[in-house]
Amino acid sequence: MNAVVHAQAESRHLLSGNEAVARAAWEAGVRVAAAYPGTPATEILETIARYPDIYSEWSVNEKVAVEVAIGAALTGSRALAAMKHVGMNVASDAFMTQALAGVVGGLVIVVADDVGLSSSQNEQDSRYWGRFGHMPILEPADSQEAYDMVKQAFPLSEQHEVPVIVRMTTRVCHVKAMVTFAGERVEHRAAGFQKNPQRWVMTPANAKPRLPVMHERDRTLRQVAETSDLNEIFTGSDHRIGFITSGPAFMHIREAFPNAPVLKLGFSHPAPLAKVRAFAGTVDTLVVVEETEPLLETEIRAAGIDVRGKDLLPRFGELAPGVLRPAIKPLLGEPYALPNRLQANLFPRPPTMCASCPHLGPYFALSHLRNLNIIGDIGCYTLGAGHPWNALDTCTCMGASLSMAHGMDKGRGESDEKQHMVAVIGDSTFLHMGMQGLLNMVYNRGNVTVLLLDNRSVGMTGGQENPGTGEDLHGLAAPRVNFAKLVEALGVRPERIRMVDPYELPTIVKLVREEVKMNEPSVIITDRPCSLTDRFERLKPYQVVDDLCTGCGNCIDLGCPAIVVTHRETTTTKSGKLRELTFAGIDASSCTGCHMCVGTCAPAAIVQITPQPPQAQPIRIHPHD
Amino acid sequence: MTDGITNILVVGIGGQGVMTAAEMLARAALAQGFDVKKTEVAGMAQRGGVVSSHVRFGAKIYSPQIEPGEADLLIGFEAAEALRWLPHLRPTGVAMVNTLRIAPPVVSTGLYPYPADPIGQLTATGIEVHAFDAGAIAEELGNSKLVNTIMLGAISDFLPFPAEVLKICIVEGFRAYKPKLAEVNAQAFEAGRGKVRS
Repeated sequence: MNAVVHAQAESRHLLSGNEAVARAAWEAGVRVAAAYPGTPATEILETIARYPDIYSEWSVNEKVAVEVAIGAALTGSRALAAMKHVGMNVASDAFMTQALAGVVGGLVIVVADDVGLSSSQNEQDSRYWGRFGHMPILEPADSQEAYDMVKQAFPLSEQHEVPVIVRMTTRVCHVKAMVTFAGERVEHRAAGFQKNPQRWVMTPANAKPRLPVMHERDRTLRQVAETSDLNEIFTGSDHRIGFITSGPAFMHIREAFPNAPVLKLGFSHPAPLAKVRAFAGTVDTLVVVEETEPLLETEIRAAGIDVRGKDLLPRFGELAPGVLRPAIKPLLGEPYALPNRLQANLFPRPPTMCASCPHLGPYFALSHLRNLNIIGDIGCYTLGAGHPWNALDTCTCMGASLSMAHGMDKGRGESDEKQHMVAVIGDSTFLHMGMQGLLNMVYNRGNVTVLLLDNRSVGMTGGQENPGTGEDLHGLAAPRVNFAKLVEALGVRPERIRMVDPYELPTIVKLVREEVKMNEPSVIITDRPCSLTDRFERLKPYQVVDDLCTGCGNCIDLGCPAIVVTHRETTTTKSGKLRELTFAGIDASSCTGCHMCVGTCAPAAIVQITPQPPQAQPIRIHPHD
Repeated sequence: MTDGITNILVVGIGGQGVMTAAEMLARAALAQGFDVKKTEVAGMAQRGGVVSSHVRFGAKIYSPQIEPGEADLLIGFEAAEALRWLPHLRPTGVAMVNTLRIAPPVVSTGLYPYPADPIGQLTATGIEVHAFDAGAIAEELGNSKLVNTIMLGAISDFLPFPAEVLKICIVEGFRAYKPKLAEVNAQAFEAGRGKVRS
């Protein structure tokens, strides 16, 4: 069992914000916690899973996770759901109505915004949801505050019968800092579900009387915010500029302007406007520093208080000290020149697929076939948009590949006449939100070829479990969904469901070629585990026999990071054209012996270091065939 | 190490153990009673991308990020990555660099060149650079995963606390979880340390 579980009260620990949330949930007596993995929030549930007195699960998506937490809260149990910012969009249908109905046991939704987009498809400010759904928002600035605020969020939720949003950002979730534990777990009694249809059955007639209650609750919460010790004034010696801020931007202000007064809003919505007004009166110029949208700024200005903010500061990205100084210093009449820095002009090093990644084979096939519109999804296979595959044309949100491909098929424009629509989606994303798209496509007689890349993990977030892996959050055996049967149940004809080993390049190329020609939905399912998980079996590495390598470069097109270029030559063909030859080698320390590259090598120059019979027939693939 | 705050930037490629090395430095600083913050951008880093881990410690730390030009120490697990992050180092700082070169697909497929002499470029800036092949030492000790500890040993005499504090953190960590590796890590630490002293 992890040491954190047994840590004593008053002990100090170096914890990430995510780990601090987990400890606080445990101490607060949380009985149910649910989440779907998503950077930067994933470790919240992974850490909660180590506390045996909390029931915790990977739910199939964020909406399900929030609904599980809502159900638990209606029994009187304390419950927590955690997700990344885009997960809130998925979950919003549930909490927008439950915020109207309210809760009994404390319900806390921890959302992690990826300010600066370290690994997300957009940068959105989840504080909007508090305004939209009439829910209070707490904003920790570091691990200690994440711990303190999650503990406070539960009684706040119960007292006002409202879900509470704890809004984190990457710079809280993934920063390790000191946390002092205040206590041990205090069990929270759950009285059980009390039937009350007028309260819990949200028909129009029952929902309508809740509206004035909700607005009254907003007024009460604003009063709570006015006196909350989470909204703290840090007096400073230099009153020319006073800052209002929330979240980790507070730390950046203290770093860059240690002498400036700061009103730090930990309980940031509903905003304590009277407190803001009083603070404004003590400084010459009031500046709001918030990540990322000007929400507080707009509300403060609407209250008639003179304030500056996004006219000085960037509209997006982290407001780090290096961003704040050049934006604010000129306001103080202190010219600020960016330090002269040494710069190295270097190649980029974007993330790429791993050696023996089971997505390499499908992308090798896609990159060699023409007349395809390749509609992608969220996962490691999004990397197929990169070099050398360049075989992904769109990526929007979880599960969008199937429905967008269907729409592209139905909305074909002039240049799409000969195009085949291909959707690429992974196992977990398919179960999260992709299934409905397939059902819709079958029902509406669409024509899309779906590549369902089952690598038996949520790969991009670190190999978490899902209903397709056969294990749960705790690593215990769980029912495993049968993708072929599931796809058939959704209406795809059995003839159009093709199982393929993604390492068998000739087969997968042939299958994709065949299926795109069909006039009905078809699904090609691969089944090899993610090579970073325990399910992957590492075999003896391969090598290139230099004398046999002809320099064709086919194996390089696979994009396996274990395959390296040893040297290049230019030769003249019989027709007098110059031809570039690329000779390859294999890095034995990276190669895991998957043999996929053998299928790209016509002269059979790739052999296992301990010789074994070849496992696949070579195939000649002509570019743009 | 201005204002009593030490900023250490550890950089490399996903999978090299950059974050573990930074964690060790943070724990050692914690053991010395400092306020510590550690942060990294590594969302998709295990996929062969750039990883940078920031460790800051002192009496009181606010922002966890090391701004360009403010790192006191730069530990580079790969030569070109050390060069990439050089702008984060103070002119008075120290760069500790593993001479390992890893070419990503964009380089091996000929789209971009790998710098011919990254260590030379580092040295030419006038910054104090210590570069050595940590992988070769690890191989001599019989375990390629020791690179991490070798690099920490190499930087240990540049810290504002005794090298022994870091060594004990590392070795005791192994003794608790992987006792068989404790002794060889102690050797690796001293081997890295000796590489810079000599």
